[in-house]
Amino acid sequence: MNIVVLLKQTPDTESVIRIADDGQSIVTDDLKWIINPYDEFAVEAALRLKEKHGGTVTIVSYGPQRVVESIRTAMAMGADKGVLIDDPALEGADSLGVSRALAAAVKELEPDIVLCGSRAVDYDQAQRGPMVAEWLEWPHLGLAVALDSDGSTVTIERPIEGGKVTLEAELPALVTMGGSHAVWNPRYASLPGIMKAKKKPLEVKTLADLGLDPAECGEEAAKIRIVSLEMPPERQAGRIIDDGLDTEGKAAELVRALHEEAKVI
Amino acid sequence: MADCVFVVAEFRGGDFRRVSYEVASEGRKIADALGVSLYGIAVGSGVTDKASQLGFYGVDKVFVADDPALESYVAETYVPVIASIIEQADPAAVLLAASVDGKDLSARLAARLEAGLAQDCTEVVCEDGALKAKRPIFAGKCLAWCEWAEDALPMISCRPNVMDCRDADATREAEVEAVAVEIPEARSRATGLELDTSGKVELTEAEIIVSGGRGMKASENFSILEELATELGAAVGASRAAVDAGWRPHSDQVGQTGKVVNPNLYIAVGISGAIQHLAGMGSSKYIVAVNKDPEAPIFTKADYGVVEDLFKFVPAFTEEVRKMKSTC
Repeated sequence: MNIVVLLKQTPDTESVIRIADDGQSIVTDDLKWIINPYDEFAVEAALRLKEKHGGTVTIVSYGPQRVVESIRTAMAMGADKGVLIDDPALEGADSLGVSRALAAAVKELEPDIVLCGSRAVDYDQAQRGPMVAEWLEWPHLGLAVALDSDGSTVTIERPIEGGKVTLEAELPALVTMGGSHAVWNPRYASLPGIMKAKKKPLEVKTLADLGLDPAECGEEAAKIRIVSLEMPPERQAGRIIDDGLDTEGKAAELVRALHEEAKVI
Repeated sequence: MADCVFVVAEFRGGDFRRVSYEVASEGRKIADALGVSLYGIAVGSGVTDKASQLGFYGVDKVFVADDPALESYVAETYVPVIASIIEQADPAAVLLAASVDGKDLSARLAARLEAGLAQDCTEVVCEDGALKAKRPIFAGKCLAWCEWAEDALPMISCRPNVMDCRDADATREAEVEAVAVEIPEARSRATGLELDTSGKVELTEAEIIVSGGRGMKASENFSILEELATELGAAVGASRAAVDAGWRPHSDQVGQTGKVVNPNLYIAVGISGAIQHLAGMGSSKYIVAVNKDPEAPIFTKADYGVVEDLFKFVPAFTEEVRKMKSTC
């Protein structure tokens, strides 16, 4: 099975986010970068498919050279090769532009299945997967918390509000990953894995290499852009309910406060 | 000249979901600001009978695609049906729900229509005829204002529970127009749908959430939170620590790799308040923290804090809630 994983590098979820002087971007100097956790679930699911069906897992990513480290991490987990689209024209691109570039890279690989996170923990766009599927004219299934394939179809379980749906698609298809670390348990890179990863093939491509015109998927083609960032209102520490009360007294006082002051119960 | 704003409603289990009324209300606001009509799109099986009720929330006219093949949301069938309705008009904007299905649909529809999509918005403003939308990024650690290019069709998905919902005006039924549904040949399908009929409240749409963390110590101890939640009509959530420990299902996880929630009241029990968790619940209207460690970071964000052993405090609190309810 020829499997592709779309991977984005994002700041660690423990990062403190600060707004840069331009007011439109975040300060990236001191950030620790990781594989977007939902894409890491996709890497894990891809490796399990490979274990079942054989084949190759190719990582397709975009961004500057620092992304190489994340691709190598995925290779150390077990992925076989990688493609990085590194083109300055993609800075400032919207999801339409980025997904066009990713779709072009995927097309060259002619995979049976593409897996990627349902969203990235940085800009939370939740757009990339369905858009790539649209450009490829493939079916896509979203937010998988379980995934299986018999080699010709893929089946997923998708949680919805108040229930769950089982979905099935004929291959080739794209699946976006939901769930959590507890669901997917992405494997750690082993030491031999890390050694091997250094020698695995990684191609770096520009938009032109993919036959794309930067004017079609770069900043000038963007339909939407961020014009300003702001911090959410800072929450202040409120009141500690104590007043020398015992447990029951504190419970009664909290109920009173929520009922009479906050009026939320 | 644009002649309308579209809102796409979400139909499940025989009725529209509440978030659709919030989307319709927001759509009405924008349509009024732009001086255009508000059109609804209702897709599903058996949706025709309910369609006119979107009018109660401000929709002028509803285009209905009613077909048994549209029972469950599948992108491959829904997207072309909805795109073909939108392409008949010249909309100034398209609004959808940032629900599970809505976000998935929005993304693929935006590609089909080559529209600019602002996903999961919490505020939309109209300045001199131009739209601007605000959306949380980094799970709410930061907020981004987005604008559209001049030639772009703005698409906006609205976060549930945030936008003001109009009071239903039952005298205001929308005009309903059935569209001829052409279901495209699809290579994907829904093969099963299980709806939870226990009346459990969905986290992202709950008004009150009771959430437990590492301090709960074991799976069975969540029963005290379940009891409290039942009294309050609340949903039960969990921190990543509790989910990773296998005490709660992943669907309960609140935080940056989990659900971002915005209830009126969030009660954090035995949760220290890691930055990823604070990001996921920081926009709650009121936060209560119960923790035996007075230094827990959660107290810096809480409107009300109680430094107590949760195993003693929670049952006492549940009892007090019960008493309060019986007297009023």
